[in-house]
Amino acid sequence: MNRIENAFKNKPIFMPYFPLGYPDLDTSIDVIEALAKNGADLIEVGLSFSDPLADGPVIQKATQTALEQGITVKKSLAAVAELRKRGVTIPLILMGYYNPMLAYGLEAFVRGAREAGADGFIIPDLPLEEEEEFTSIVGADRDPPLPLIRMLAPTSPNERMESIARNAKGFIYLVSVTGVTGTRTSISDGLGELIARVREYTSVPVCVGFGIGTPEQAKQIGALVDGVIVGSACVKTIGSSEKPVETAKQFAAEFRSALK
Amino acid sequence: MTLLPTKFGIYGGQFVPETLMPALIELEQAFVDAQKDPAFRREFEGLLASFVGRPTPLTHAKRLSEQLGGAQIYLKREDLAHTGAHKINNALGQALLVKRMGKKRIVAETGAGQHGVASATAAALLGLECVVYMGVVDIARQEPNVFRMKLLGAEVRPVTSGTQTLKDAINEAIRDWVTNVRDTHYLLGSALGPHPYPTIVREFQSVIGIEAREQMLRDAGRLPDTVIACVGGGSNAIGVFSGFVDDEQVELIGVEAGGSGIASGKHAARFGGATKARVGVIHGTRTYVLQDDDGQIAETHSVSAGLDYAAVGPEHAMMRDSERAFYTSATDEEALSAFQTLCHTEGIIPALESSHAVAEVIKRAPKMRKDQVILVNLSGRGDKDLNTVIKELGMNL
Ligand SMILES: Cc1ncc(COP(=O)(O)O)c(C=O)c1O
Repeated sequence: MNRIENAFKNKPIFMPYFPLGYPDLDTSIDVIEALAKNGADLIEVGLSFSDPLADGPVIQKATQTALEQGITVKKSLAAVAELRKRGVTIPLILMGYYNPMLAYGLEAFVRGAREAGADGFIIPDLPLEEEEEFTSIVGADRDPPLPLIRMLAPTSPNERMESIARNAKGFIYLVSVTGVTGTRTSISDGLGELIARVREYTSVPVCVGFGIGTPEQAKQIGALVDGVIVGSACVKTIGSSEKPVETAKQFAAEFRSALK
Repeated sequence: MTLLPTKFGIYGGQFVPETLMPALIELEQAFVDAQKDPAFRREFEGLLASFVGRPTPLTHAKRLSEQLGGAQIYLKREDLAHTGAHKINNALGQALLVKRMGKKRIVAETGAGQHGVASATAAALLGLECVVYMGVVDIARQEPNVFRMKLLGAEVRPVTSGTQTLKDAINEAIRDWVTNVRDTHYLLGSALGPHPYPTIVREFQSVIGIEAREQMLRDAGRLPDTVIACVGGGSNAIGVFSGFVDDEQVELIGVEAGGSGIASGKHAARFGGATKARVGVIHGTRTYVLQDDDGQIAETHSVSAGLDYAAVGPEHAMMRDSERAFYTSATDEEALSAFQTLCHTEGIIPALESSHAVAEVIKRAPKMRKDQVILVNLSGRGDKDLNTVIKELGMNL
């Protein structure tokens, strides 16, 4: 059974992001387990990079801490395997920048991810123009391959949107604002129109991320799309808590019930 | 489909978030149109002459040549360009593109501050808003340039993330650009980053090589045997190399920052650090990158802020593989010593970046015959480095 398709049976879905190794490796595994077992439908498991140029201050700081704590690609893959061992059954998508994957070796990385039990990849610095090197390796690894989730932005013109959406696999990650990750106080006016534009070109689920910080915002956007992605708010709330695992449970439950 | 090739062999490309792809496509289109437009070329060349003071002279460094006792040394005097370095050539070219695209705001990164000053200058000249990102380590060591940028009306935003040097300034400039891409242009200062930047920057810096080739033929009656330039991101080097790349007999030498020595691990020699330098992807391009085993970008060190960067322009990576150009490094100590030598023998205070190229000349010239010729690209002047040099040399005022 394809875990991603399965996850989208009850829409809109809740997709938090959390980086492995933050605030330390053991806690991050516990946090992700707690998110998974308390309402998350899919988790973006963050891999850390020294130069995360699409990220705002919250995720920059968290991934920096993770690196200082000694997180590596290898430990991250082992953590995914550990999550599966603990009975986490929802899709886990690895989200990270390209260079650490290249350094690990793309074939080894893709195989390692599959063996650990990951369900796909999000690579923010790998646009359509550059994805073939990666997708050819994922394609050779397994049939059907684990999906590389494609991203769309408000700046993508229609023609581009069409070519990106046409063969999209898994779901589409629609960046809701021109900017880096981080919460915004209000939802941009053009979002409804943007979502409508994307829907014209694809039948895979469309999920919106960047800037969603509260259950209310999630509910509002959830009415328009198939899934909401919550990154910085999740990292900040859980990362600043004395009891991160308890906070993760609450956090997931609140967003889950807002999206019901 | 792009209008121009995006890669140099296996290097280069466009490894950026989707939000920026349309801006890169728009920039490429504007550049291609501008190159075909005689009015654009007239305006650019007009500014290079009337504002920058081009052509910059070629100086026969007679006393230095004599002292080294070998090849005749010629200096291409980019230090005499307005604002004191080659960076202004590219800054003006891109600022003119910004006007063509109808954007009103530029962001730029700077290490040594020369590109920041050049961007602030171009912005003032053409009436654009300008924000410059600069690591706090570089702000401290290139203070005069920070004041210059401010006097020119630019806002200088200190960068405190990561290593607080050029790499992090580029990260912040890109983050600003992602956020404000609709009305903002990223005025990238070296031959790096995603396509079309390496091509655009080379084209706008190629004036160095075009002039130098003519001047060599005029003054020395021949082409140089060897052309030497320092390589940070690689813009002054690619600019001067491009004038000679088709002259196969001309040897091209790039000089990277050897810092405290390659063996110390504290350097920015992307081609020299056999243990740490691997092909990777950083700031939108595939090239040689100093990194650790896990693909995290390494900390670099150089006495010169402009060379203190973990990656190198993709065209240099290709030229290195094809052996059309060769790359070596000079240590901080060698550069400081070359700095003083040039001051004393020629009456020229060079930038610390350029001093790395001079250091290579000092190693090579004595081994060459007196009828042989070396051309050095003196990429900038050293006024900005006085604080650093005074400290390094233990001088008192
Ligand atoms: C005088 C001077 N030379 C060289 C450089 C290095 O840059 P590039 O390799 O792009 O020429 C700089 C950069 O700041 C500079 O200011």
